[in-house]
Amino acid sequence: MIIGQYIEDGVNWLTDNFSGVFDGINTGMSSLIQVIESVWIGLPFYVTIALFTGVALWKAGRSNAILTLLGLVFIYFTGFWEETMQTFSLVLASAIIALAIGIPLGIWSAKNRTANSIIRPILDFMQTMPAFVYLIPAVLFFGLGTVPGAFATIIFAMPPVVRLTSLGIQQVPEDIVEATKAFGATPQQLLVKVQLPLAMPTILAGVNQTIMMSLSMVVIASMIGAKGLGEIVLQGISQLRIGLGFESGLAVVLLAIILDRITQNLGTKQKK
Amino acid sequence: MEKIKIEKLSLVFGKGKSKALKMLDEGKSKAEILEATGCNVAVRDANLTINEGEIFVIMGLSGSGKSTLLRCINRLIEPTTGKIFVNNDEITRMSDKELLNIRRTELAMVFQHFGLLPHRTVLSNVAFGLELQGINRVDRDKKAEETIELVGLKGYENQKVSELSGGMQQRVGLARGLANAPEVLLMDEAFSALDPLIRSQMQDELLLLQEKMQKTILFITHDLEEAIKLGDRIAIMKDGVIVQVGNSEDIITNPADDYVKSFVENVDRSKIVTAGTIMFEKPKLARLKKDGPAVVLRTMRDIGVTSLPVVRTNRTFLGFVKIEDVVDLKKKEIKTIESIIRDSVMTVNPDTTVEDMLPLLSKTNLPIPVVNEDNHLLGVVTPTSLIAETTGKDTIEIDEIIQKAIAL
Repeated sequence: MIIGQYIEDGVNWLTDNFSGVFDGINTGMSSLIQVIESVWIGLPFYVTIALFTGVALWKAGRSNAILTLLGLVFIYFTGFWEETMQTFSLVLASAIIALAIGIPLGIWSAKNRTANSIIRPILDFMQTMPAFVYLIPAVLFFGLGTVPGAFATIIFAMPPVVRLTSLGIQQVPEDIVEATKAFGATPQQLLVKVQLPLAMPTILAGVNQTIMMSLSMVVIASMIGAKGLGEIVLQGISQLRIGLGFESGLAVVLLAIILDRITQNLGTKQKK
Repeated sequence: MEKIKIEKLSLVFGKGKSKALKMLDEGKSKAEILEATGCNVAVRDANLTINEGEIFVIMGLSGSGKSTLLRCINRLIEPTTGKIFVNNDEITRMSDKELLNIRRTELAMVFQHFGLLPHRTVLSNVAFGLELQGINRVDRDKKAEETIELVGLKGYENQKVSELSGGMQQRVGLARGLANAPEVLLMDEAFSALDPLIRSQMQDELLLLQEKMQKTILFITHDLEEAIKLGDRIAIMKDGVIVQVGNSEDIITNPADDYVKSFVENVDRSKIVTAGTIMFEKPKLARLKKDGPAVVLRTMRDIGVTSLPVVRTNRTFLGFVKIEDVVDLKKKEIKTIESIIRDSVMTVNPDTTVEDMLPLLSKTNLPIPVVNEDNHLLGVVTPTSLIAETTGKDTIEIDEIIQKAIAL
């Protein structure tokens, strides 16, 4: 109980003393989410479907493109199009922020042994802590709504991309790194011209993982007021409407499959 | 002119280096230092001078510290103590910026496992060094294309390197090194990962290229045959110590210790040892105008031979006289030996290898005369010493074998 007490005190202290900072973050994040949301909700559904199908055709091949097309059409006919787009926007916003923080962290921990030894246990902690627990401080910092949902999602979804970025860079063969140094590369040149390109498939696997975990978390985050498909699922649970819950759940699954197929193939060559 | 100079260079891996260095000064062995401090002495008090335009080979088994020593030259590994000079600039005292610069322009390196960028094409791999220097795309591609042609990869510019064979990949590695127009090439077991046939081909091509380029090449290998083929001079390393430096013939005919000897034992000496090394200098002679049959006969009896080379007074080689002819001549009381000279004798020059002299034995049982370009006699190679050189047995053993054969 003592540890719990300390954590509570700490979180209280943070909310009391850094409310300005949290407000700033809150404003920034909510405007980012709003911009993304307005784009995806604003677009007519057929344009969005065409866009997704096009990207899938380009990156993931014909069969995945057909799957994408059918999946999105199905979602449209369930009547949860707007909620799906809200969920997608929240995933996109959270994933962007998680990647923007996670990739540099991964690079840092690959290059610096001390950083690595600090970051690793934190990542272990972040990944194994039950996801619901993040919802509590998120509410304390940001109140109810979409932003705390995004906040919890970012924390939950960031570890894979940090780990895989770090792993990817460490796995670049030592002889290539040595050769690059021997030709007079600066550390920046080594990173940009050699380590990142060679680590890219692994980093993109991390990106894929982060996006998938974001999706699973934004559904849970509806418990603290995040909008989207999770809301409907929650409604289904609280009102014991199995049909509603199943329909919205199916939409989540389809969205997940589509996002997975598309992002899984980011790192590989274009398929013809 | 000296290009690279290594002075008193030592390299110790591990913690507690200062104690290890002190023990090194006291002359303690590698094993003693390892036991007392836990430090591994990779290179110990290395001193080398490498001249401009030569191929200098450092040879040793794995773990002998040869690759580590090479990496000290461009400071991929920092030496613990000692100095390295390239063009009289002290590498070991350079700032990071100067070091980057010298790596980019003067010291190119070729690696055993190529170290190429698999996601790039041949062209952009070759241009990589120039790219790091910040040279614009047009110029660096032009330079890279020239170099690609030089190593015989024209037409492969746009292939990914991962699609090439090992031999081709190493050509790319070589081209990448050469594209920077460096003065020094550091080649770390550059051909060791290749098939024997390709390896030999690459060695030949390196020698051809070197004739054109006249770079200073520092070549690391564990293969003595390769060292001998490529090296103008060879240094042999053992347990971090340079045991011997010399040209291939020095090392083979005069190994500094048992370690070097064990190395050279299995080498085909007949391809390396030359007439100049095994000939008897200043052999007894018959001089055409001065020595009559009586003198010649006495000389032959004195040293117990049955033939003597004949020279003019200015040492121009004429041929051989045989004892039976001389005896004949003496009976007939002819005063000059001119009529009995056998001049249909093959001569060799000092650079002729044992391998090339062996076939001559089938034509004659006379010693083989060694002459210079003016046909002056420098010495003779006797059949016995030729056989001794090829079989590795000494002359006493050979005599024993002959005696046994006669007894049979």
